[in-house]
Amino acid sequence: MRVPLSWLREYVDLPAGESGRDVADKLVALGLEVETVEQLGADLKGPLVVGRVLEIEELEGFKKPIRFCKVDVGDANGTGEPQEIVCGARNFEVDDKVVVILPGGVLPGPFEIAERKTYGRVSRGMICSARELGMGDDHDGIIVLPIEAQVGADAIELLGLVDEVLDIAVTPDRGYCLSMRGVAREAAIAYGQPLRDPALLDVPDANSYGYPILVEDAAGCDRFVARTVVGIDPEAPSPLWLQRRVQMAGMRPISLVVDVTNYVMLELGQPLHAYDRARLQGPIVVRRAHEGETLTTLDDVERRLDREDLLICDNRGPIGLAGVMGGESTEIGAETADIVIEAAHFDPVAIARTARRHKLGSEASRRFERGVDPEAARAAAQRAVDLLAVLGGERAQAEAGVTEVDAPREAVRIVLAADHAAKVAGVPYTRETVAQRLQEVGCSVEGIDELTVLPPTWRPDLTDPNDLAEEVIRLEGYEQVPSTLPQVPAGRGLTADQRRRRRIGRALAGAGFAEVLDYPFVGQSAFDDLGLAEDDARRRTVVLVNPISEEEPALRTTLLPGLLGTLRRNLGRGNGDLALFESGVVFLPNASTPRAPQLAVDRRPTDAELAQLAAALPNQPQRVAVVLAGEWEHSGWWGKGRPQLWADAVEAARVVADAVGVELTVRQDQYEPWHPGRCAALVATAPDGTERVVGHAGELHPRVLKTLHLPERVAAMELDLDLLTADLDGEHLPQAGHISSYPVATQDVALVVDASVPAASVEAALVEGAGALLESVRLFDVYTGAQIAEGGKSLAYALRFRATDRTLTVEEATAARDAAVALATERTGAVLRGA
Amino acid sequence: MSAPNKSYDPVEVEALKPEEVERARDAALAAVAAASDLAELQEAKVAHTGDRSPLALANREIGALPPQAKAEAGKRVGQARGAVRQALERRQVELEAERDARVLVEEAVDVTLPWDRAPRGARHPLTTLSERIEDLFVAMGYEVAEGPQVEAEWYNFDALNILPDHPARTMQDTFFVRAEDGSADSGVVLRTHTSPVQIRTMLTRTPPIYVICPGRVYRTDELDATHTPVFGQIEGLAVDKGLTMGDLKGTLDHFVQAMFGEGIVTRLRPSYFPFTEPSAELDLKCFVCRGASVGDPEHPCRTCRSEGWIEWGGCGMVNPRVLIACGIDPEVYSGFAFGVGLERALMFRHNVEDMRDMVEGDVRFTLPFGMEI
Repeated sequence: MRVPLSWLREYVDLPAGESGRDVADKLVALGLEVETVEQLGADLKGPLVVGRVLEIEELEGFKKPIRFCKVDVGDANGTGEPQEIVCGARNFEVDDKVVVILPGGVLPGPFEIAERKTYGRVSRGMICSARELGMGDDHDGIIVLPIEAQVGADAIELLGLVDEVLDIAVTPDRGYCLSMRGVAREAAIAYGQPLRDPALLDVPDANSYGYPILVEDAAGCDRFVARTVVGIDPEAPSPLWLQRRVQMAGMRPISLVVDVTNYVMLELGQPLHAYDRARLQGPIVVRRAHEGETLTTLDDVERRLDREDLLICDNRGPIGLAGVMGGESTEIGAETADIVIEAAHFDPVAIARTARRHKLGSEASRRFERGVDPEAARAAAQRAVDLLAVLGGERAQAEAGVTEVDAPREAVRIVLAADHAAKVAGVPYTRETVAQRLQEVGCSVEGIDELTVLPPTWRPDLTDPNDLAEEVIRLEGYEQVPSTLPQVPAGRGLTADQRRRRRIGRALAGAGFAEVLDYPFVGQSAFDDLGLAEDDARRRTVVLVNPISEEEPALRTTLLPGLLGTLRRNLGRGNGDLALFESGVVFLPNASTPRAPQLAVDRRPTDAELAQLAAALPNQPQRVAVVLAGEWEHSGWWGKGRPQLWADAVEAARVVADAVGVELTVRQDQYEPWHPGRCAALVATAPDGTERVVGHAGELHPRVLKTLHLPERVAAMELDLDLLTADLDGEHLPQAGHISSYPVATQDVALVVDASVPAASVEAALVEGAGALLESVRLFDVYTGAQIAEGGKSLAYALRFRATDRTLTVEEATAARDAAVALATERTGAVLRGA
Repeated sequence: MSAPNKSYDPVEVEALKPEEVERARDAALAAVAAASDLAELQEAKVAHTGDRSPLALANREIGALPPQAKAEAGKRVGQARGAVRQALERRQVELEAERDARVLVEEAVDVTLPWDRAPRGARHPLTTLSERIEDLFVAMGYEVAEGPQVEAEWYNFDALNILPDHPARTMQDTFFVRAEDGSADSGVVLRTHTSPVQIRTMLTRTPPIYVICPGRVYRTDELDATHTPVFGQIEGLAVDKGLTMGDLKGTLDHFVQAMFGEGIVTRLRPSYFPFTEPSAELDLKCFVCRGASVGDPEHPCRTCRSEGWIEWGGCGMVNPRVLIACGIDPEVYSGFAFGVGLERALMFRHNVEDMRDMVEGDVRFTLPFGMEI
């Protein structure tokens, strides 16, 4: 809502020197969000005066017709002589009153006016258009003033060019502030001044000879006031002040009838609609749409109507979408002389739905949705009738017929403990304060300890005791609320899951990975790029109705597309050696997803109802993933670095697993988008021995890297944290082992196995075979070459043995080693090298 | 007492003459003093204290002396050998120190050489900022509550008193999830705020409830310098007996002081949210200029644009209708709630000028933030 300060002053006596900024501060403190205070005409400087055109000389021979005019500006130019001005506009005649800026004046821009030679003449000033004066976009011609304008008079004042406009973002609960009346009410409270309520008008009683109205849907329309004005001169323009106000409030002046209906809406908040009576056939009917009906609205769009749409109709059918937009068929035209004015009150929900259904928001629907004062309808109709009768030309007059259709409305009555606001705020308001503040906003208040409050008709948002408490607290001032601290019971800190996620993030960052937070939006092309099979489960996604990009309408089922995109962006920006990680959820649809029901809100839903909601949601497990490119250890003056490789991705998985205290087993696997020969399945083992794959790591498939324009050998890891930690019952409590102080016995073995045998299998066999004396096993060399038979590889392990209670003898250590080798031989065919 | 040695031959004990012992000693001392490095010292040591050295030989002669001469000669030779040994030890220490000094100088390196062999990592500042706020509230006794990002409309809207036809429902620029039949009517959305976590918390816990709800939320804004469709929010919820707006204000005051420094207070401005009543916008005193830039065009403040206050979030007393939908009796309990944007906080707290920097994952943005902020 745009509120010109000069207009606001009409209803409230603001202090004389009060600036727009001052008023804005006061209104903000009461809860109106004043977004800007616009200074209109701040850079405008006179002399800007009313002139009368005395002579027009048409200048020939130029690309466009040019006029050389003599204009009487009275004594404004100091001489009283006619002012000579060159003008390119043609929409005026001799004797017309125009707006003239004289040399020395400044137009908004700023654009300084000086005497200048142009088109072979000396032009001493300029005749102004509306746009040049900052009065909107109208540049069709210069402004022609009403004939009664005084020659030489100051046009700045006449046109209201200098003003301040408060632009207020009205919250949905404050529909009444979509009007000057509503804002003025707030300003009156803020300044402790009385309000001159523009809705307090003498309105004749309803009678039987007004325009016939039939409301067939009282639930959708509980009030319909119709008035008629006849004999309007279609040529009669809107007066300048009215145009100016409508324009300052952000609407475009169009014609007298339209401007007046808009003006009254801005003033009182009641949307009005004017019908050309000559084009109406029969009574106006308010009803819901029938199946298959259509209506062409004023914006020239033919709309297929829904049976819920509330309509205004006549004998021929729909003539308007009630409370949203009128129809073309009864639009006010260039010949319209007789009109029917509608001031109605429509159901906010019906209007909201229709506006949303047809994607058609209007000034009217915005107000109806937020609640219009039903009691303002009569006054608004009267105000429009009065204005049109005065401004519509000599023959314009209001007819005596007054139609009112009224359905009974239930009055809202709120019972409020007198100390409720005090309890909400923590401020000891007295009963008197509470009653006075509520009365200021228009409530009637009765009672002593328990107040019975009837909110005013323009405040449909006031329904609950807390709504009233807010009114008291905001009017008394939020700054009165003290700063106290509640007694919070002792908490239990973070949950095990929350601590784990933090540890993982810290561990990966400590290991050299930089965290990124990618958008979760993907398209099927992302899965194509990863080379996923047509039936890959990851292609089943949660899809958005209204995505940011049609290319990416779905939610991720893997973190990799986002991470790889970020990797590529970094590479493109010249960041070469990269180790990135992301920790976040993916979205996995269930096999079948029922609709989430709309549950009641007047009670706690049952557990069964909540289960229905849960069933409608996809599984959203927590994942962590890394990608690596370039060097892991950097090259430098110390020598060559080391490029990252598949093993760094596997190691990242171990970093994560270590951080949460889970042991991972690594298996050779084939899984897109990894390199089929360089892909590790990450396996966790449950206490009962069952194993589950919790993620994958390794080098990405060369084809995938090529498709994604990524360098060769990029490695990646993705791990499902929910799966990884599934066996952890709450807290992971590492247990201390016994630290033996007896000496260690080291034995090295080199085992030759077939190249296809995974090292992990050999190691597992060694560990199992060595038994309890084994302290650690470490693979320190892998050899293939001349000294090993073709198709084999040699794995060299260092075995460390130690007992907790004695120094091991060489025989004991050797026996344990032999047992280890024996099992490795049995399980993997390992042969002791050199044996 | 034994008889004197009759075969005493003064010629054979020439080496034990005082002058000879003195000469040998002085020669040894001179050689020790002349040794300029440890190798020369070693030579001197062998030459003058070795088995074939004059003093060693002299020492061996002592046994040949008659008893009355033994003591005197022994003392003389012993003193000479002691003096040489001491000199050797002293010189050894000296020369070792000299060598050490020389070697350490030779071993000196340029310690200003850069060393960035191992990669450096960092956590995203939005993550660490969220954790910082969580920790602050955990220290006050709050617990951290979380919920799903794809959420049922009932949790995201209805239970929060944002009813289907309420204008606020369209204010929120919601991403809707497509239903199985392809329609928009799934009843499921990407949550537009973390408030549904408050609902879930109230449904599963009994008051007193004090929780902080961090998380990712979604609105259909295009990405630009000040908007992102995916952003972080952190909300607080308290439900207890007798909570007031004063408690809300005090909690927020404590919060912003812990985050922005002593003396930074909050300002509440009346506003509207369907799920709180009364509702307020949450501003904090500018922690950079502390309001000094207001009306002082000479010293403008970039952080608060010389407004003196920074808009950060919304708050209010939990609307009793919300309590009812969660099965909490508003006659017994009242609550307060607040919410702030993480991106916005990162912008004004850490001078991030463009929101896209937080989104794009450029490591040059992330790495300087390290592990905690």
